[in-house]
Amino acid sequence: MIIHHPILGPRDAQEFVYLGDESLIDRPDGMTAGIEAFHDYAYNRDNPAGAHRELWYHEQGDRSWLVVTRNTVTHEITKVELARDVARAKGRTK
Amino acid sequence: MRYSGFRVIKEALTGHKGWKPVWHDPTPQADYDYIIVGGGGHGLATAYYLAKEFGQARIAVLEKGYLGGGNVGRNTTIIRSNYLLDGNEPFYEFSLKLWEGLEQDFNYNAMVSQRGIINLIHTDAQRDAFTRRANAMIMHGADAEILSREDVRKLYPWLNFDNSRFPIKGAIAQRRGGTVRHDAVAWGYARGADMRGVDLIQNCEVTGMRIENGRILGVETNRGFIGAKKVGVAVAGSSSKVMAHAGMRLPIESHVLQAFVSEGLKPLIDGVMTFGAGHFYVSQSDKGGLVFGGDIDGYNSYAQRGNLPVIEDVAEGGMALMPAIGRVRLLRAWGGIMDMSMDGSPIIDKTHVEGLYFNGGWCYGGFKATPASGWCFAHLLAKDEPHKTATAYRFDRFLKGRMIDEKGQGATPNLH
Ligand SMILES: Cc1cc2nc3c(=O)[nH]c(=O)nc-3n(C[C@H](O)[C@H](O)[C@H](O)COP(=O)(O)OP(=O)(O)OC[C@H]3O[C@@H](n4cnc5c(N)ncnc54)[C@H](O)[C@@H]3O)c2cc1C
Repeated sequence: MIIHHPILGPRDAQEFVYLGDESLIDRPDGMTAGIEAFHDYAYNRDNPAGAHRELWYHEQGDRSWLVVTRNTVTHEITKVELARDVARAKGRTK
Repeated sequence: MRYSGFRVIKEALTGHKGWKPVWHDPTPQADYDYIIVGGGGHGLATAYYLAKEFGQARIAVLEKGYLGGGNVGRNTTIIRSNYLLDGNEPFYEFSLKLWEGLEQDFNYNAMVSQRGIINLIHTDAQRDAFTRRANAMIMHGADAEILSREDVRKLYPWLNFDNSRFPIKGAIAQRRGGTVRHDAVAWGYARGADMRGVDLIQNCEVTGMRIENGRILGVETNRGFIGAKKVGVAVAGSSSKVMAHAGMRLPIESHVLQAFVSEGLKPLIDGVMTFGAGHFYVSQSDKGGLVFGGDIDGYNSYAQRGNLPVIEDVAEGGMALMPAIGRVRLLRAWGGIMDMSMDGSPIIDKTHVEGLYFNGGWCYGGFKATPASGWCFAHLLAKDEPHKTATAYRFDRFLKGRMIDEKGQGATPNLH
């Protein structure tokens, strides 16, 4: 698979480490969210067959985190964004 | 029809005209007491034991494709009970004991071969960890031995013992481990279930669930609605898709695992060998092919095929361990979809829907579990309480902090 890095261009997926569902960005506040919400965040997944937004880390590159939109049935990648931009668009400050 | 030596001779003398198809092809009835979704190893074993051991009737297995076309026919056929943790080891040892009597039990040749398995050791720390594991195994009634470097050399003198990164220092061995003809396991259970009146319904995909007032009434399929008092789901890599019909999000990700077979060679490897540090494991089939594999590809996937980087990684691991295979040609490569759970261990449990039960999260190791998984799931379905070896396989273990994490990796399914 080739990941079209928004800054570095086409890169082999082998340079990256895979973390999982993009929803991992949305970590609830551990002090207020309650155990059920935190459990759901940490352990449960949609795991769709089809479009999946997921976190890849460019470990052997510029060390950026990316949100890759990829089809889990065909492995086709349709969109690549910097995770920083995605998180900021969701209102996160860092 | 029972199989026996006498029967083979009789058929040989009468032109093999007496062999019949080993299961029927029934049309679905309007309703059943039990519906098992998924005609893989686990679903078929569940139906078989429900009928045979728990005396239940009016059972159907619904399979979206053909029986045994999923992971049960795609795995590398290794059986073993070499786990460390209390939640796992009694269950896998129960499974190994069932394997030992399986062929007599279902009167079918599944080529259960206890050729032994070794896991290689490269460091003192690893020897300590494997010694601890061996002790845990022995305490649960399994067999385990620690082999020295010289013991391993006697088994396989042609291994690369002096790899500079991972020199071989010994191994943990389980002599009762081995391999089983995977397709024959599906066929044997299917035949045994069919003989006991179970309806095996192929080309029947579950597309929805009818749930009213918190109770399951049956399943929607491409062949219409089929009612049931109880529904047990055992669909391996499709777990999240099917349980979504009941509004559930599971602690599971689907990942692709690849495996490989080489051209046929003369006898080289008697047993099963794993080189965990090098992401490589291997055995040799009775036809002579080296059957081997390594890690999962590592990203969510429902495609039953993987990518080249893992093929390269596995081949490098193989070459590091066994330089002698350098000119052996690869015959086939394939993939299957693994239901990777958040702690690397399975779930056999009730759900929040009354009458709906779930069996999944087997990761890359559910073939060896097939007999015990079927038995324990049948136990749960028939008696509404877990079998004593499967009490830890609960959904709520993640909420309660009782993970069964053999590798200590945490909630990262691609690392288990
Ligand atoms: C390459 C590879 C190597 C492996 N090696 C080993 C090994 O050496 N040792 C080991 O112990 N394990 C191994 N495994 C894991 C093992 O194969 C699986 O954990 C196990 O087979 C899963 O259980 P099953 O047999 O019931 O799954 P499957 O055979 O996949 O059965 C599930 C069935 O459900 C059906 N299904 C899905 N959705 C629906 C629906 N909506 N309606 C109806 N039916 C549906 C599917 O068609 C499928 O037939 C390996 C797996 C792979 C892919």
